Amino acid sequence: MMHCHDIATQLKNVPKNAKKIVLAGNPNAGKSVFFNAFTGMYVDVSNFPGTTIDISYGKYKDYIVIDTPGVYGVSSFNDEEIVARDIITSADIVVNVVDAVHLDRDLFLTQQIIDMGIPIIIALNMMDEAKAQGIEIDVDKLSQLLGVPVIPTVAVKNLGIEEVKNRLEEAKVGNSDPELQSKLAELLKQVHNRAEALLILEDDPHVAKRHQMEGAKLREEIYTKRRQRVNEIIDQVVRDTKTQSNFKMKLSRWMVNPLTGVPILIGILYIIYKLIAVFVAQTVVDFTEGYIFAGLYEPFIRGIIGQWIPENSALGTILIGEFGVLTMTVTYVLGLLLPLVIGFYFALSVMEDSGYLPRVAALVDRVLMKLGLNGRAIIPLILGFGCVTMATITTRLLGSKREKFIATALLGFTIPCSAQLGIIAGLITPLGWKLFILYVGIIFIVFVLIGTLLNLFLPGESTDLLIDLPPLRLPRINNVLKKTWTKSYAFIKEAGPLFALGALLIGLLQVTGALDMLIDAVAPITTGLLKLPKESAVAFIMGIIRRDFGAAGLTSIDMTPLQTVLSLVVITLFVPCIASILVLFKERGIRDAILIWGGSWILAFGVGGIMAALLL
Amino acid sequence: MTLAQVERGAKVKIKNIPDDFIRAQAIRFGISEGAEVECIEKIPGGPVIVRKRFQEIAIGRRLAENIIVSYWNREVEDDALS
Repeated sequence: MMHCHDIATQLKNVPKNAKKIVLAGNPNAGKSVFFNAFTGMYVDVSNFPGTTIDISYGKYKDYIVIDTPGVYGVSSFNDEEIVARDIITSADIVVNVVDAVHLDRDLFLTQQIIDMGIPIIIALNMMDEAKAQGIEIDVDKLSQLLGVPVIPTVAVKNLGIEEVKNRLEEAKVGNSDPELQSKLAELLKQVHNRAEALLILEDDPHVAKRHQMEGAKLREEIYTKRRQRVNEIIDQVVRDTKTQSNFKMKLSRWMVNPLTGVPILIGILYIIYKLIAVFVAQTVVDFTEGYIFAGLYEPFIRGIIGQWIPENSALGTILIGEFGVLTMTVTYVLGLLLPLVIGFYFALSVMEDSGYLPRVAALVDRVLMKLGLNGRAIIPLILGFGCVTMATITTRLLGSKREKFIATALLGFTIPCSAQLGIIAGLITPLGWKLFILYVGIIFIVFVLIGTLLNLFLPGESTDLLIDLPPLRLPRINNVLKKTWTKSYAFIKEAGPLFALGALLIGLLQVTGALDMLIDAVAPITTGLLKLPKESAVAFIMGIIRRDFGAAGLTSIDMTPLQTVLSLVVITLFVPCIASILVLFKERGIRDAILIWGGSWILAFGVGGIMAALLL
Repeated sequence: MTLAQVERGAKVKIKNIPDDFIRAQAIRFGISEGAEVECIEKIPGGPVIVRKRFQEIAIGRRLAENIIVSYWNREVEDDALS
């Protein structure tokens, strides 16, 4: 019988009998550098069935090399672990990347893989950092105690990677607890895979079910013994030569203490604001949108197309008119959005790689508890400022359904994504700081109100914070640039076609005269309720497709400063973009998705109406 | 005594972690029952941050209120009293 969970059968272009090298390690241990060193340029990315997790794989000699999500152990506590579990248990060789600074944490996974009986070779990474922290590790002794090869490396400086490659064949099954192994031997009569047998002993419900068995309820006992074993190894191989009181430790503490942490957070947000809203949204976009695309590209393309198709004909309007597929779409996507999105992903990557985000989670835990979330939720909320769609997926890391719903609702209702935020920043900065505060204040109040109300009325209880604070690191510029580029490229690939579709739709409505009819039909809302020019209807129609598209539509409408703020508040609270909605349906189910989508119409026009009545 | 009552800088031994899932998770981080940790920061009304060697973990306040600990050096006394 073919096992449906054998990973090799699920990957494209992989011969069935190819030997599998699997890279495994805790989060931030440096696996990606090893993966790149093994596979070079030729990498495939494939979605793991039934999840939103992408796994990368490539070739090295005759082997197939598979990356796994960073995990602290193999089990099924969350999607990352399930994916890592199924890949690791099918490995022929595991290359285990271990963070030398966090040896006692990382060796738990190492020992677990050893207990599974899979041949393993260890890359003891970040040796330079360990040395700087005064940690001395007896590598030979570690290798002897574990019973497997251990190679010291500094992957980012390309030290030791070649040795790991050269000694790959030396990977072997390490030393395990004899008592555990005798229990395993017993079970192996029924389950013909040592790794899966171990997981059944450890009470993994999925694996047990796969073999029509009950979990053995021994997780507690095995984990505790494994932890003791790891602690004993650590005691024999690690020596801390100096007490750790360096600058990073202090900085780390300042970041989580509210007295210093809040100013630091505000400072960092201010720098990001300066970078994106001022430098990118104005200086860079003026050049790319104003000069390159509106100034050079659009006249050029109008000139070419205009030779065959008159600009005021129906086809001409659709292709090169005001909302033209070849004019507006290209200018918005490449001239306006791309620079902004690159700016945002750059800032996000720096925050991610530096280890700052988990500290923000600890800092804001208390505040988020009032909204029915714990500090961990700050990660999807911050990611939401990059892309709400991506952030909605990361709400999975939250502990309960209740928290997932609250976080998704906050994202869908109130968080503007990077592209939209960039356009908003561009529109609002020239109006002065008072109106900027008005905009931020209103969105913030709505954010707090929604969270508080959901926390009051949703049944159940939210989970508590338990989060690992990784060491602070200076982000590596190569890594940051690579991440920024990958994400920006994925964004453009997704946004481009949707934008074009939107432009096509608007163009069609325009040439058939339906656009004017629609604008007049919704005039009671736009001019009556919101007291905006009736052309703003176009922006909202565009906003149904993508919110940034909607915000972009506002740039060409003539409005007073207060009208601009009001229209921006409405477009921010307005429905999430099509991509977000699709993810919303998938992640939260039909009922919740409809609640959030429908609710945002009421919320956006309700808040807009109140603002109009009070301010205009 | 609970972890939430510990003052900053104190070194304590973890006695009991209530929830199965949390316990499994904590063991992986190196914070098993019996582990000796240092409380390096208490955020007012917020998480308690503990350290074991170079591993730092933030533990939400409500959770910290349910984790039973004892002082390292006073352990003998505690046991004698109970």
